[in-house]
Amino acid sequence: MERHAEPIRSLVETARLNMNPDQLHKRLQEGLGIEIEWSEGPVDPFYLIPSDFWVKAGLFVRDATDLSFEFLRSLCGVDYPDEKSILVVAHLFSYQHKMPLVLKTKIDRDQPKIESLASVWPAACWHERETYDLLGVVFTGNPDLRRILLPEDWVGHPLRKDYQPPNQYHGIPTTRPVVDCDGEQL
Amino acid sequence: MIEPTDNNPQRSELVLNMGPHHPSTHGVLRFVVYTDGEIMRRAQPDIGYLHRGIEKIAENKTYPGYMPFTDRINYLEAMFCNQAYAIAIEKILGITPPERAEFLRVIACELNRIASHQVTLGCIAMDLGAFTPFVYLLREREKINDMMEALCGNRLTHNYMRIGGVSADLDDTWLGNLEGFLDHFELILEEFTSLIVYNEILVKRLADVAVICAADAVGYGLVGPNLRASGVNWDCRRDLGYSVYPQLEFDVPLGRGERGTVGDCFERFVVRVEEMKQSCRILRQCLRKLPDGEIQAKVPKMIKAPKAEVYSCVEGARGELGVYVVADGTTKPYRVKWRTGSFSAMSIVEAISRGLMIADLVAVIATLDVIAPETDR
Repeated sequence: MERHAEPIRSLVETARLNMNPDQLHKRLQEGLGIEIEWSEGPVDPFYLIPSDFWVKAGLFVRDATDLSFEFLRSLCGVDYPDEKSILVVAHLFSYQHKMPLVLKTKIDRDQPKIESLASVWPAACWHERETYDLLGVVFTGNPDLRRILLPEDWVGHPLRKDYQPPNQYHGIPTTRPVVDCDGEQL
Repeated sequence: MIEPTDNNPQRSELVLNMGPHHPSTHGVLRFVVYTDGEIMRRAQPDIGYLHRGIEKIAENKTYPGYMPFTDRINYLEAMFCNQAYAIAIEKILGITPPERAEFLRVIACELNRIASHQVTLGCIAMDLGAFTPFVYLLREREKINDMMEALCGNRLTHNYMRIGGVSADLDDTWLGNLEGFLDHFELILEEFTSLIVYNEILVKRLADVAVICAADAVGYGLVGPNLRASGVNWDCRRDLGYSVYPQLEFDVPLGRGERGTVGDCFERFVVRVEEMKQSCRILRQCLRKLPDGEIQAKVPKMIKAPKAEVYSCVEGARGELGVYVVADGTTKPYRVKWRTGSFSAMSIVEAISRGLMIADLVAVIATLDVIAPETDR
């Protein structure tokens, strides 16, 4: 056997440092040495990381022992055409301290490029492929940046707000004629 | 197709296609397997055959109107998808469902968990060549489907939950049926255990195969039974305490390396059997504690969510099932993103497939409990 499993980690009994959003914000600013914009809610607080610090922030929140966000729940993008930007959103969770964290970064909608987090969390690889597929964000340094859900020759990125679906794909129509109950075309 | 990797014809790599339609791939998915004889160099999953754009559909549906679509994310755990979405919208609107509704949700979800694990465990055995356990378990699942039909009118895509409550109440006859089912099913579980769980052939096929250590399991974002089989003690129901789970008592089964190593295929199998027992325990407590009262909170006819965003998650049959909803102040969601257990389970396959036998790949995808509609959405 090459791999050996670690002994059972009793996560529930470990001492917890439950930070409130404000403390978390101070800790992030202190750890990265920059000013970080943030929003307290209404429901989930989030922190807006400058895109140059994206991977650095990932490494920091994963490795600092009082944070240890070792679980990347999800990574996705949200398109804002009015602001000409795409927000990349990473949802993290710390099993040890039982707290969530939402990191966001703003990138240009016409040149959507950001460094990949795949070296920080292996789970990021596929989430980034999905974001590339559906929103067209290019993650530099991702080991396998190909389309994942759509066919390789698909044109466009459907989760962009201005996406127009094609009428056909390789001769297969993408819409069906609207018919009434007798099969007559309306 | 044979692609020689170097000039030596003795050491060449054979590229094989497994799927998209293969008896042991769950749903429509495909693997490109690079093999050297019986040993795999790697297996590359190719997903997306069942992509229906469920996240895009959300942008054109009203908040309550999107609920039936959440069923289609995973036909085996529709209740959990309902619940994750309902909780997300309730958090945005600041609604608390009545306690009876919460209990009804838990009853529906735990029944759904049992039904889902029945299919999974049956499929694991069937993929390894034992057909009988699958038929036994599907017979039991049929009873759950009947109960679901009596509860909400649907057998698979339940569409049972509503924002702020549930769609239908249940009566004493239904509760009696549930109790009868539990009495019956706990015996069936014992029968199943003696029939297959410690069967010598099954143990040999699963034990020590594709071991995932705790660090890898967390790093690749494995959740639920797959994570717990690797020894990580985490369960959203107990540790995040949503809904009425804090009032209920249950254990969280962990991988113990009973027949092999912690994190091997056998642990992933056994953890699910234990989870079904715990679900029965939860259901019995719900029968005792179910309060009277309303099943639906007051919700405006036209739901206009304020500008907010939320990530909500529940412990589904395949682990943390999360949904990220961005609301922009209109009647329709601005963006919905689903985080599913099968997607992350699928992403670890390429990493753990190196050096496995081809036949073991079947055991790996079966015990990781990958459901194609959930990976593709």
